Amino acid sequence: MKSTEDFRRELLEAGLLEDGGVTGLYHRSFHFEAIARGVEAYVSAAGHNEKNRQFFFNQVIARSTLEGSGYLTSFPDLIGVVSSFAGSGSDLPQLIERVNNGGDWNEMMSPTEVALCSAACHPVYPLIAGTTIPIDGLHFEVQAFCFRHEPSDNPARMQSFRQHEFVYVGTPDGALAHRNMWRERGRQLLSELGLSVDVIVANDPFFGRAGKLLEANQRDKELKYELVAPITSEAPGAISSANYHEDHFGETFDLRLPDGSRAHTACIGFGLERIALALLFKHGLTFRDWPANVKAHLSSTHDARLPEST
Amino acid sequence: MSTIDVTIREILDAHARLPESVSNLGDDDDLYDAGLSSHASVNVMLALEDAFDIEFPDSYLRKGTFESVTAIRQSLESLGVTAAPG
Repeated sequence: MKSTEDFRRELLEAGLLEDGGVTGLYHRSFHFEAIARGVEAYVSAAGHNEKNRQFFFNQVIARSTLEGSGYLTSFPDLIGVVSSFAGSGSDLPQLIERVNNGGDWNEMMSPTEVALCSAACHPVYPLIAGTTIPIDGLHFEVQAFCFRHEPSDNPARMQSFRQHEFVYVGTPDGALAHRNMWRERGRQLLSELGLSVDVIVANDPFFGRAGKLLEANQRDKELKYELVAPITSEAPGAISSANYHEDHFGETFDLRLPDGSRAHTACIGFGLERIALALLFKHGLTFRDWPANVKAHLSSTHDARLPEST
Repeated sequence: MSTIDVTIREILDAHARLPESVSNLGDDDDLYDAGLSSHASVNVMLALEDAFDIEFPDSYLRKGTFESVTAIRQSLESLGVTAAPG
């Protein structure tokens, strides 16, 4: 049976991925990227909805978004904040000296106002903070490069990867319905690509003692489902997750329904790199040899992001 | 109502973010059914630890510990709490 290590070596030897210089960082070949973008177009078309507000977010977000999302305190070990040199010209010789002699130049850096994007849906909420959410809810289709500081030799666990999400903001019932509908639609979509998909109750790796309770609650309340399939070995891993956040973002970003109660939110995220890897693991490293129906799904020219008039 | 219950209810009113006042709920009513969210339950947990000067062991960090006023009181009592802080 092929191990993760074997598959990683095959990906690198085939040139689909290149080692990015540190553990868990990869450069993607155009071939790999074409598959990821095929997946993107495929799920985007499936989620086409006139009501969707659509955004490609930056790979960096306002630091205040990281704070407001709660991600900073729930996953402090996974985040990244961008730092920069804030010294004066007279500090420069010291910086040069440290860089040239392998010293701790990072000590001379200060955090900037931006952080690496923690999840594709996080920049959504500041956009509508403090507004009244219509009773039939708001819908978003968004994508971002996200960062997780969890270096691993498993290419399924990249430090920098894309999430393509469909997000709902509205009533508790609406949020649950969105999550459950997408959980099933996601399973169908990914199964149609030939992947062996299971749906499981899951939890995020929350940090610390408070995190233990959050993990237990997340499971007990079935807030998070993962769609799992073999990615880089036969051991299944998450290629998508369908989440109900309750009023967490409604509280922190002051999202209110017309009756004054807090809005609830839900999202499904598709991991574009993980799905591309799962397809390569399942169907082999040569796209032209893949099953015709899978190739057809990923080669669709329909692009729901383009307005009809152009 | 015991002094412990009074303190528990004050903490729930301050931290549970329930749509209705805790005074409308019975001791055995399910707080999660009443709208206690996962994140709010963490704030309740931390406030209880602060008020009663205890630390919930890891085995208590689960949904059932905080599911009702009665459940919270029983958890506190099993950790040696006999009265509200003076």
